[in-house]
Formats: sequence, structure tokens, C-alpha cells
Amino acid sequence: MELTRLKCWLLAIGFVVLVAVPPLVTAMDETFYITLISRVMIFAIAALSLDLILGFGGMISFGHAAYLGLGSYAVGILAFHEITNGWLQLFVAIGGSAVVAFIIGAICLRTSGIYFIMITLAMTQLLFYIGISLETYGGDDGLPTDRSEFAAFIDLGNEWILFYLILGFLVLCMYISWRLINSRFGMVIRGCHENEARMQAIGFPTYRYKLLAFVVSGSMCGIAGFLLANLTEFVTPEFMHWFRSGEIMIMVLVGGMGTLFGPVVGAFAFLMFEEIISGFTENWPVIFGPLLVLLVLFAKQGVWGLLPKSKAGDG
Amino acid sequence: MSTLLVLEQTLNGIQFGVFLFLISAGLTLVLGIMNVVNLAHGALFMMGAYFASTFVAWTGSFFIAFLLIIPSSVILGIIIEMLTLRPLYLRDHMDQVLATFGLILFFNEGVKLVWGVDPQPMPTPELFAGNVEIFPDAPYPVFRLFIIGVGLLVAAVIYFLIARTKVGMLIRAGASNTQMIRAMGVNIRFLNTFVFGLGAFFAGLAGLMAAPIISVESGMGDEMLILAFVVIVIGGIGSVRGALVASVIIGVFEVVGRSMLPIAMQKIFPLEIAQTVGPALASMLIYILMAGVLFFKPQGLFPARTG
Repeated sequence: MELTRLKCWLLAIGFVVLVAVPPLVTAMDETFYITLISRVMIFAIAALSLDLILGFGGMISFGHAAYLGLGSYAVGILAFHEITNGWLQLFVAIGGSAVVAFIIGAICLRTSGIYFIMITLAMTQLLFYIGISLETYGGDDGLPTDRSEFAAFIDLGNEWILFYLILGFLVLCMYISWRLINSRFGMVIRGCHENEARMQAIGFPTYRYKLLAFVVSGSMCGIAGFLLANLTEFVTPEFMHWFRSGEIMIMVLVGGMGTLFGPVVGAFAFLMFEEIISGFTENWPVIFGPLLVLLVLFAKQGVWGLLPKSKAGDG
Repeated sequence: MSTLLVLEQTLNGIQFGVFLFLISAGLTLVLGIMNVVNLAHGALFMMGAYFASTFVAWTGSFFIAFLLIIPSSVILGIIIEMLTLRPLYLRDHMDQVLATFGLILFFNEGVKLVWGVDPQPMPTPELFAGNVEIFPDAPYPVFRLFIIGVGLLVAAVIYFLIARTKVGMLIRAGASNTQMIRAMGVNIRFLNTFVFGLGAFFAGLAGLMAAPIISVESGMGDEMLILAFVVIVIGGIGSVRGALVASVIIGVFEVVGRSMLPIAMQKIFPLEIAQTVGPALASMLIYILMAGVLFFKPQGLFPARTG
């Protein structure tokens, strides 16, 4: 998987712009944008993690918000019990998401096609209802939470530091995904998407490979949840609502499925569009709904997919 | 008293199951025959309820509202099918999910624009307004019994349609092997639209029946849609019989479980544990049931596709 020169330049420019965001918007006295772009990057991580199994693995998980919720509840619940150590919270967020992804994946991957979509959806709904019934942790109303505490030099109370931490995680997740997709493991997963029967015939235990991919994807989304709780300082079952799952899926589609940087572009495009259009009318879904139908019908390859591809494959 | 409560809750559960059947019967056929994921089915249910409330407000008659619901929900269903789903039949499921998700966003927000944010009023029809004592000293609303009756009637009609008519034969054939009946020269396009219209009608009918007892508001179809998915997964995609059995099971589990489980747990566990774990477990019940069924029968209880 190689990138064309154009895409390399775009990535470099994108990274530089992101690094420049906090000083720039502070100079312009529009610090609100630091929070907005932080949010965009968090959803970029979530969308990227979904694309690993959706775009590359062909597993249409309609329940990725589950891990967003799990990651954020790891922060919320631990902070509620006055455990604010960031490393521990991050560990629990990733580990918890991995365990739940393993259980859900083990059940869901026994099926495929329409069943898989419906069951991943139902499983996430199950977690959503558990979140609502957790009265101790705020139930339906959600739970205000403090930001995680790392060592003294990383003070998340500072919006700039939080921004750069999220950017760091985004770059890390993109690097991991890039390595993963180009590894032997990634080849097997992509092979399963192309033709699972053939992968089995050459002797790969595809169920185990797909399950592992599902777990990796879930844990990565758990990181996004961890960051989201830190950004909003609030944890709510709404993070696990199936509309969230749908939105993450839309981001992947808008940016370009089966590409590494598409989901990042998609998260940016979707959240910016939402931000702008909701400034005009609070009934923006009336416009966005039909627009989404048109996007699906006519612009399937997404923004990143429209860029010219290199011969060796798409990045 | 306790036995009476259980009986009453069981009846409520059956009545809720009948709703689920009305919604999932059409959806299971759509999924089974067309092999299309349709998230907008819950929106059709919601539109049925909104239409019903409007028609009753206009005419003051539940019966006339019923007569008007038939064409309005069928036409709405056919419009949706022609505009958005028809171009997507041969695309992968991801596209269908997203396009129909777009429809949900549109309808959920659209009803707020047309009818306002507040829940719509819908009186119980006078004919069925009272209570009846099925068991001594336990009044039960007639309307809920009426719902159960309608549900059973619909089940009988669907059974007749599917098992005894020519179009039913094509539907069954389509559910078990779509490619084959296409090769045999059946107009699959017409069959698709027919099935979708039929499903839209049942969803609209469910909306009409639900309107007097649950609040008519934006998003009311979303939760029902997910429950319908659970029903279809348990019953087996494409199987109307499976949908009926699974609907009643889910309805009873959901209603009886939610009301009884926390009480039952208080007898076994300390109050504090029962109060935290009880409601959580009750809301998980049907999903655990679904996972269990899938573990032993990945194709559902009554698989329609055999090959």
C-alpha cells in the first residue's frame, strides 16, 4: 500500500495545519475551535478504528459506538471512585473495550451479512440500556467527570495540552493501522473481505483472524472514548446510542472506505458540516438525511477516494 | 394478587408482542426476499401513528382513520422503495444501511417540522374505551384486548396470503431462493414493491394501534425497529411463522421481565443489589435470549432459507 505524492503532500499539510491550530485560533481569539477540532480528531480515531474492520475487513459493524461508550465510562466510573490516574484509566478503557469486543465479536462473527449488522446493533443497544440503568453512575442523565491525571507535566486541564495529546493519539493510531494493514495479518483480513472461502481453503482460520481484527478495532475505539470523556468532562449513555454508530459509519463513507486517511477526512467533513448547518437551522437532519441518501447513491468512494490512486494500491 | 399481576403482565406482554409482530412481519419479508437492510421500517411505524392521530383529529372516527391508513402508508412505502431502495438492491448492505439511516434522520426531524415537537394527542376509540374483568376483580382495558385480536387476525391473513395464494407462493419461493425465481421469469421488481408495500401497511397499522397507548412523538419507531431486529434474528430472516413466535416470546420476556425480575430478585438478594442489578438485568434479558438462540441456532428458530 503506497501513497501517491499528492496524498503525501496533503497529509503533511494536514498535519502541519493541525499542529498550528491552537496558537492560530488563540491569536484569533476563537478558542472554541480548539474544542471543536479536538472533537473532530477523537471521532477520526473512532472512524479509523471502524474502517479497519469495515473498509478493510468487510465486517459491517453497526455498533461501534459501544466502545466509544466503554472507553468513556472507564474514565467516568474510575473517577467517580476517585481513581483519577490517567494511565490506569487508559488501560481499563482499552482492556475493557477489548474484552467486550471479544465477547460481542465471538457471538456476532458466527453469522454474516444482514445478521451481522443486526446483531452488532442489538449488542450495542444492550450496552446502551445497561448504561441507562446504572443509577449509581448517573443513569439516563449521565455523569460529570474530572479529567484524567497523568504525571505533573501533562496537565489535561490545559486545553492546548489536551489538544496535542489527542493529536498524538491520532497519529499513533494512524501509524498502528498503517503497519497493521500492511502486515501479514492485514493481508489476511483484506483477503477475507475479498473471498473468505478461498482464505479458508488456503488454510487460514478466518474466524480467529476476524475476531482479532474486531478486538483491535474495538480497543482503538476505546481510546477514542477515553479521550472523549476527557474532552467533554461528562459521560452519558448517549455516547453508545445507535445514532452515534451510524454517524461514525457515515464518517467512514464520506471520507472513503478502505483507506487509512479517508475516515479522518470524513470525521472532519461530517462534524464541520454539522457545526455549520446547525448554525442555520436546528432541523438540519431534514437536509442531511436526503443528502446522505444522495451521497450513498452517487458518491460512494468518498472524498479521499476521489483523489488519484497509486498503482500499488490505495492508501 | 401476585398471580393476577403475573397474568395481567403476561397479557400486556402478548399485546406488546403483537405490535412487534405487526412491525417485524413486513420487515422479515423485506429482508428475506429482497436481501435488503431497511432501517426506515421503524419510521413507517412512526408515520402510521402520526397519520392516525391526524386522521382521527380530522374525522373523529377511528374506523375512518383505519381506512385512510391503508392507502397512505402503502403509498409512502412504495415511494420510499422506488426512490431509495430500488437502486440499492444490488449494492452491498453498507449502502442500504446508510441510505435508510438517512431516511430515519429525515422522517424523525420532518415530523417535528410538520407536527411540532410535542407528542400528538390520540384518544382511545370510544367503542373500546372501557375495562373488562377477565379475571375477577382485575379490570383490563378492552383496547389492549382489541390489539391482541387485530394482531391474531393479521397473523391469520398473512398465513392465508403466504400459504394459500399465488403471490404468497412467489413470496415463499423468493425467500428461499431469489435467483431461481428470477430465472423462472417472475417479475421480481413487482414482487419487491408489493412486499415492501405490504410491510409498510402492517407497520402503518401497528402505528395506528399503538398511537392511543404509547406517546406519538419523533423517534418512537427507533426502539421498535431494534426490537423488531431482535425478533427477526431469533425467528429467522424471511420466516413469518418465526416472526410470530419470536414476537410473542420477546414481548412477554420484555414486559414480564421488566416488571417481575426486580421484584423477584428482591426476594433472593439484598435490597441494594436487587435495586441496582435488577433493572439492568431486566433490560438485558431479551438480548441475552437472542445471544443464546444464536449460539445454538445461528440461522434463527425457523430458518426460511434452506440452501
